[in-house]
Amino acid sequence: MSDIKKIKDEYLLKLSEDLDVNKINEIKTVLFGKNGLVSSQFKELGKIPEDERKKFASELNEAKDELQNLIVSKIKEIEIKEINQKLEKEKVDITLPARPFAEGKIHPVSQVIDEISSIFSEIGFSVEEGPDVENEYNNFTALNTPDNHPARDMHDTFYLDEKKELLLRTHTSPVQIRTMLNDKPPFKIIAPGRTYRSDSDQTHAPMFHQVEGLHIDKDINMGHLKGCLNYFIKEFFEVDKIKMRFRPSHFPFTEPSAEVDIGYEIKDGKIIIGEGDKWLEILGCGMVHPNVLKNVNVDPGEFQGYAFGIGIDRLAMLKYGINDLRAFFDCDYRWLNQFGFDPIDVPSSYRGLSR
Amino acid sequence: MKITSDWLKEHLDTKLDENQIIEKLTDVGLEVESVEKQGGELDDFIVAKILKAEKHPNADKLRVCDVDIGKENPVKVVCGAPNAKEGLFTIYAPPGSVIPKNQMKLVVSKIRGVSSYGMLCSESELNLSDESDGITELSSHDFKNKIGDNYFPKKNSNVIDISITPNRADCLGVRGIARDLAAAGSGKLKDFKENELKKDGKQKVSVKIENEDNQACTIFGSCLITGVKNIESPDWLKEKIISIGQKPISAIVDITNYVMFDLNRPLHAYDVDKIDKGIIVRNSKKNETFTALDNKEYKLDDGMCVISDASGVLGLGGIIGGTRSGTEYDTKNVLIESAYFLPRSIRKSSKILNIDTDAKFRFERGIDPLSIEQGLKKASNLIQEICGGKVSEFDIQNIEKYENKSLEFNPSMFEKITGIKIEKNEMMKILNDLGFVIEENKKNLQLKIPTWRPDISLEADVVEELIRIKGYEHIELIEPQKIRQKETLNKKQKLFHFLQRAIASKGYLEAITWSFTDSKINQLFIEKNKEIKIVNPISSDLDVLRSSIFSNLIIHLNKNLDRGFKDLSIFEIGPTFLGKKPGEQLTVVGGLKSGKIFRQSWLEKERLVDVFDVKSDVIKSLVEAGYDKENLYFDIETPSYYHPGKSGRVFLNKGKEKVVAYFGDIHPNVLKKLDIKIEALAGFEIFLDNIKQPKKSLKDQKTKHKFSDYQKSERDFAFILDKNFQVQELIEIISNVDKNLIQSVKVFDVYEGKNIPEDKKSIALNVTIQSSEKTLNEDDLNKINQTIITAVESKLDAKIRS
Repeated sequence: MSDIKKIKDEYLLKLSEDLDVNKINEIKTVLFGKNGLVSSQFKELGKIPEDERKKFASELNEAKDELQNLIVSKIKEIEIKEINQKLEKEKVDITLPARPFAEGKIHPVSQVIDEISSIFSEIGFSVEEGPDVENEYNNFTALNTPDNHPARDMHDTFYLDEKKELLLRTHTSPVQIRTMLNDKPPFKIIAPGRTYRSDSDQTHAPMFHQVEGLHIDKDINMGHLKGCLNYFIKEFFEVDKIKMRFRPSHFPFTEPSAEVDIGYEIKDGKIIIGEGDKWLEILGCGMVHPNVLKNVNVDPGEFQGYAFGIGIDRLAMLKYGINDLRAFFDCDYRWLNQFGFDPIDVPSSYRGLSR
Repeated sequence: MKITSDWLKEHLDTKLDENQIIEKLTDVGLEVESVEKQGGELDDFIVAKILKAEKHPNADKLRVCDVDIGKENPVKVVCGAPNAKEGLFTIYAPPGSVIPKNQMKLVVSKIRGVSSYGMLCSESELNLSDESDGITELSSHDFKNKIGDNYFPKKNSNVIDISITPNRADCLGVRGIARDLAAAGSGKLKDFKENELKKDGKQKVSVKIENEDNQACTIFGSCLITGVKNIESPDWLKEKIISIGQKPISAIVDITNYVMFDLNRPLHAYDVDKIDKGIIVRNSKKNETFTALDNKEYKLDDGMCVISDASGVLGLGGIIGGTRSGTEYDTKNVLIESAYFLPRSIRKSSKILNIDTDAKFRFERGIDPLSIEQGLKKASNLIQEICGGKVSEFDIQNIEKYENKSLEFNPSMFEKITGIKIEKNEMMKILNDLGFVIEENKKNLQLKIPTWRPDISLEADVVEELIRIKGYEHIELIEPQKIRQKETLNKKQKLFHFLQRAIASKGYLEAITWSFTDSKINQLFIEKNKEIKIVNPISSDLDVLRSSIFSNLIIHLNKNLDRGFKDLSIFEIGPTFLGKKPGEQLTVVGGLKSGKIFRQSWLEKERLVDVFDVKSDVIKSLVEAGYDKENLYFDIETPSYYHPGKSGRVFLNKGKEKVVAYFGDIHPNVLKKLDIKIEALAGFEIFLDNIKQPKKSLKDQKTKHKFSDYQKSERDFAFILDKNFQVQELIEIISNVDKNLIQSVKVFDVYEGKNIPEDKKSIALNVTIQSSEKTLNEDDLNKINQTIITAVESKLDAKIRS
């Protein structure tokens, strides 16, 4: 039996015993140290006759690999065992509170504005804006509501000057005027924003939010208006069916004008939209008055279309079961936490408007 | 406008029941606001007589009354009215009843030690009039046999309250409503029947309309009725007046009101014997005064339309009459006025004087100018029937003639606007029922517009009439197309939404507060901006437009602190105002963070919120919005409401074009002034209008990205430099040593104190060096080290710390 085989067998046997790391390292030195048993065999290599050398070398390498592998795996085994032993003592109570993190929230009005924008975006509306401070012309006169028109009484207006020429806009409709004056038809826009009326009680706030809609093209008629609003309401309330009623009404800037009611019922104290035999008024709309088109240099003989205005706060209340309008603007931390939305909940058409 | 179905049926022959009528009203655009049982809560109010009224033992101004309410024993009522006297007939409200004016439910209560069972009511409390000075006084003659009876007659029919839109003046009379219903197929409009009136002689009171500029009265019709006996109205008339929520006064006044509500034809009755010579309709002169029927004295402006006589103003035409010529029970001769006033002028005068009357409400919307004689006839007939007397011929003065306006209507307009078709015959039937006179003219319809419809002047108006009567439910829905030709949001709008959610994701709750605020608090944040006052604020603490988001947000933060919260983060995104012209506003995100971080945490050491918390929130949000952190540039000039030593402002780059944001601790004096008690408060403001939109979109920026796979090395440095020196510049100098090699510079220690001179500080930095071309060897690295040290030491008064 060659020396190599002898060494291999002997040390494989030794290594099979239960050894600690020191013992294994000792063996490692004995075998692979500078003058170790295996190392010294390699030095012999040169002395071996050429015809035997190949065989010798292969036997030697084989023995070396086998022994080395065993030593490495033995050491790993022991280390793992030691880690396991150590871990036994490293237990924490994972039921302790996590490192605190802050949760931000998006206000329900902002969330609903994003929902509305997402819905109208699908059917080709883009978003326009206008200033909160308006002149009397854009807010009233251009909208076919001249001075001393009784319809002005319906808007309790905040004024910024004694001459009553500058005011806080009472509706988002002046954005119609600005948009049409700045561009050429066709127009297909929505304009969400803050609006103001000097009216304050349980159901009225001096500031609230509206979204204006305007679609002007060559052949837009009341059927399109009905279709657009029906689509919006269905999408917004995320229901399959909606009961909707168009009712004649009057706004100076539309002719014909309509108010829109949606059907609802109250089940277990909650409003269910789309069912039942009760009606709830949710918006005003109509075909843009020819005088309004003339005021913005659009030829009413060539172009026509519809406009609508919706109270955003009311929509938010209906959809999310919020009872008190005034609470929207009270900034109560508890309220904001309860009714606010996680900022990563961005309403979108493919993910759905709400969770 | 209140009506009852009984009254309606005087004009409308219909088989519909009340519910069907109500539904139809809403369908044609006459929205029914409420339907209330007539009487209803008013059933509780009882005619009573004060038997005895004694001074309250513990109060000078109160009386204790024994009141006969028709029961066996009188009840004791404590009353504060000065007119609560023995023998007075009045109206008694028992415990449990609800006072119409304030909806207060009465209970038995002790008033200064004396129990009071119910209450004696003033007219104002019962919504009968504005009279609130004392309790209602009923005439003993009429009510002596009615003690214990209900004051308000019990009725079975309901009061239907209709909200009439401002364009429908014609529906401010019952007949107009009936006409609409008839057109909509709900019955037949009854013919207008009026008994022939026997007229005796000329109208002897002279009437003159001054033909001057801006004369608002264009027609003044009148008739004289002599030898009348003004009495209380008969029951049928009183009930009518009460049924629609009005208070009966006397036959003559009730008749004029009745005609107004019935035909939408306002009238006015004068006691002729109180008119000095004749009537002159003219413009008022400045500072003329008169006492109106509401018992208030009005001082007039120039150019208001007044009805006057030789002694002065009798009344404001179309708005309100005066007391001087008012009719009373002893009036013998009356002049009935039936006139036309221009809506614009009525509205202007009544706005200036702040008067609202039923007549004014009607004239400003536009009365039928051709209804003058109809009104005179109906009123004279009734007065003659109830009060007797002789009626004169009608005297009609006018300075303008009115006739039907005409309009050519192309029937194809209907389909163009509504999207649906109806037959020409159906159109003609509807228009005819609404009072239009139609002539067919080839394809078009030549329409004569009824004079009671001042709202109709365009083809679109006619389309509305047709579709309104036809029914909006017939409009066929056209599904919207899902085509988008323009991006939904522009870049600024996208930035708005992005920053809104970026800030919220840093743990801030979004608030929405008013755009106006308290000028006293706004002063703290106004800096050099103009104060923008609201002329008519809803309250004195909401009197200016806000100059900063903080003006409101800090108030609400404080309210939440009062609720017991300490560690708050709130923000708002919205407008702040620089001037009172449209567009002089900015869009700002403002946030406030208070209290501590890791308060009472078992895991982390708690600490106060500070400037670097908000700085991080600002930077991170800007980075998320697509701006390069490395380019942001900071300095220390901030508004006075920030802590002068712990606040800064941010620019998108060293060019310092526009301030993108402020951040910092809020000035302790601001907290003191607002009485805010919290350990720490920091805030930030980001100005969206100042954030330049990146020229390149994100997809273009990303294609340029390069990275190196060669080994990187890190070197630490510590420099001792001037205490006031800003680290921003140090980092800049080091970065500029070799922009290709120096990948990042981290500050890992700032030290002042032992071993460092008093006016100095030590800044320790970690610099990452990496080449994109090769692995750097020791020599290369040493060279860079040396260049860094030389650059810093030569440019700044700094020393490398050994």
